[in-house]
Amino acid sequence: MDERTSAILAKYPRGHRDCLIPILQDIQEFFGYLSEASLVEVGRYLDLPAGKIFGLATFYNQFRFEPAGRYHIRLCHGTSCHVSESARIIRELEKILGIRPGQTSRDGMFSMELVACMGACHLAPLIQVNEVHHTSIKPEDLKDIIDSYIHGEEE
Amino acid sequence: MFVKIEVNNKLIKARKGETIMSALESNGIMIPSICAMKDFTPTGACRMCVVEIEGKQGLVPSCSEPVNEWMKIKTHSPRVIRSRKTIVELLLSNHPDDCLYCDRNGSCELQGLAEDLNVRERRIVGKKNKYKLDHSSPAIVRDPAKCILCGRCVRMCDERLAVFTLDFINRGNSTIIGTACNKDLNFSNCISCGQCIMVCPTGALFEKDCLPEVEDALHNSDKNVIIQYDPSVGVALAEEFGLKPGKDISGLIHAALRKIGFDKVFDTSFAADLVTTELSHQLVARKKQKVKKPLLSSCCPAWIKFAEQSCTDILSDISSCKSPQQMLGAVIKTVYPGISGFDPGSIFSVAVTPCTAKKFEAQREEMTKKGLSDIDAVLTTRQLARLIKLYGIDMSQVEPEIADEPYGVRSSSGKLFGCAGGMTESVMRTLPWAAGGKDPEPSRIAELRGIKGKKEAVLKIGKTSYKFAVISGLANALPVLETIRAGTCDYDFIEIMACAGGCINGGGQPIGADENVVKARMKALYGLDEKEIIRLAQKNPKICELYDDFLGGPLSEKSRDVLHTTYSVRKVLL
Ligand code: SF4
Ligand code: FES
Repeated sequence: MDERTSAILAKYPRGHRDCLIPILQDIQEFFGYLSEASLVEVGRYLDLPAGKIFGLATFYNQFRFEPAGRYHIRLCHGTSCHVSESARIIRELEKILGIRPGQTSRDGMFSMELVACMGACHLAPLIQVNEVHHTSIKPEDLKDIIDSYIHGEEE
Repeated sequence: MFVKIEVNNKLIKARKGETIMSALESNGIMIPSICAMKDFTPTGACRMCVVEIEGKQGLVPSCSEPVNEWMKIKTHSPRVIRSRKTIVELLLSNHPDDCLYCDRNGSCELQGLAEDLNVRERRIVGKKNKYKLDHSSPAIVRDPAKCILCGRCVRMCDERLAVFTLDFINRGNSTIIGTACNKDLNFSNCISCGQCIMVCPTGALFEKDCLPEVEDALHNSDKNVIIQYDPSVGVALAEEFGLKPGKDISGLIHAALRKIGFDKVFDTSFAADLVTTELSHQLVARKKQKVKKPLLSSCCPAWIKFAEQSCTDILSDISSCKSPQQMLGAVIKTVYPGISGFDPGSIFSVAVTPCTAKKFEAQREEMTKKGLSDIDAVLTTRQLARLIKLYGIDMSQVEPEIADEPYGVRSSSGKLFGCAGGMTESVMRTLPWAAGGKDPEPSRIAELRGIKGKKEAVLKIGKTSYKFAVISGLANALPVLETIRAGTCDYDFIEIMACAGGCINGGGQPIGADENVVKARMKALYGLDEKEIIRLAQKNPKICELYDDFLGGPLSEKSRDVLHTTYSVRKVLL
């Protein structure tokens, strides 16, 4: 059993199924995603089958099941971004990276996540790559943004 | 307590607390449904069963709404029918147009609903579901594209089996049914019992096909193709040919199999007698050694897989006896060549079973020795029906025949194995002899009959008494397993069957059986026992011959080598 997972679990009473979501949130916050092993461990701790936990966790957008990429891209699709056509941004980025929200590219470089609102509505639509915000962007800008990260790594 | 409700302008009586649907059904009004399952908690998910209730704004699902005094209900108003029809049209809009090639063509509930609701044109066009077929399991195939998300498989697996393999994954229109971490079935904790197949309304779940292999063997003149069939097949196959449930047609099966071209036709009940003999001696030995924990049965391969995943602490308490199918398979490949002159490598051994987990069992590593598998192919009852139709055999014109010697000879105890409790009843008839005493007069052990999830019986032999429990429906085993762990279980033997009612209700049996059909099949097996002359396993002359000529005796070194097996811990996502 992973000690770090145990430490998280120890904060919650054993067998209390109502703690499931907070536990999953803590694990995701710490590891960046929910691994297979962690689902099994949570299941043992709460006496829940892993399949049921997976079913519940996939219901929510907030949980990921793959480790994040070196560049984790969060795309806002809150109301303001939505009216500024963030859907096109999402589609374009999916095309460029060949992955969907929740997934990580095979080389482990990029991952995508949809978030509800990043609190910067006046700069909509926007994305956040690790700690950097790219604001008021158009779908056409995405290629350059992604390329800049790829080149950054090559140097 | 009764209440009066008004249905389609007529007063009818309903039991207080029952659902509208059940009240309507007892009054001869059929309501279409998809997600509802008898004896399970209703979920009200599919809305197929809606009715109009005066004073209520929306339509109400009748499967989950209880009746109320003076409710005024319309069951087939234009609004209701339109709504039901739209649901079917929506379900069809993304459904693969694959009916002709579908495993469930002809027994699909979605087809049935479309027909009943007179859906005869495509009004709603949607994007077709596209998912890959999951072929990974040796027993069960999943075709998620055909899933209509009714959730019946999920509830079956959770509530009856307590295995929890399946669940809804994702949300909204990306919802699918899948296993933990959406792995292929083979990597999941699925125990292959096939009960999900029995409740799936469509072709989203079905058993692995192995008819082509069997046909190839039949057409290969170098092969000696031997077939055995399970007692539960004999009393259920008739349903596939439109006959009344509860008719034993074993005699016709023998004849049909010979017409198809099988070289030898044997009866798995023979090996059930062998299991009874071995198991009884194990029980006597355990009692002598004063083992405190009960011996657990090993005939149900689904239960065995469950134990290997989730009961790893009590694996050593499971009887080492192979299941009847595997015992006979092993005898056919090791002993029978000496009798028949067949080269072991030329034998292609087929088993017909009411079970999908037997497909899994047959390919277990432990069931192959020196490159020879005990069993080469496993067909379900449904697949046998297909084979018979494929070979153009008219079952109404077949004359009954008897099975081949030596392994077609069986006691009627062997037949009882099909019902949960039958194995125990059979062992109780043999135990006195195994303990060195006299044979009992076999009598009906009423406590062990019927479809209850847990049954108990006690047998006294001299001063020693043996306590038995029979569990069917795997979820019912959990409390008993806990008492074993706690050291408070005082049974000597526990028979555990994954499927409710035992093999007779297995995942390979004809689709669409309700409780009455299952009871009729059981009655047929018990009926065989009453008419029989040889009713004890140890009185089966061919069993005696096998021990005398080859095995030496029960639990001998040879017996252990051929008839017994081992279990090991299985790592799956739990
Ligand atoms: S697989 Fe079959 S039983 Fe399960 S949800 Fe889909 S349609 Fe229903
Ligand atoms: S049968 Fe009533 S809602 Fe599905």
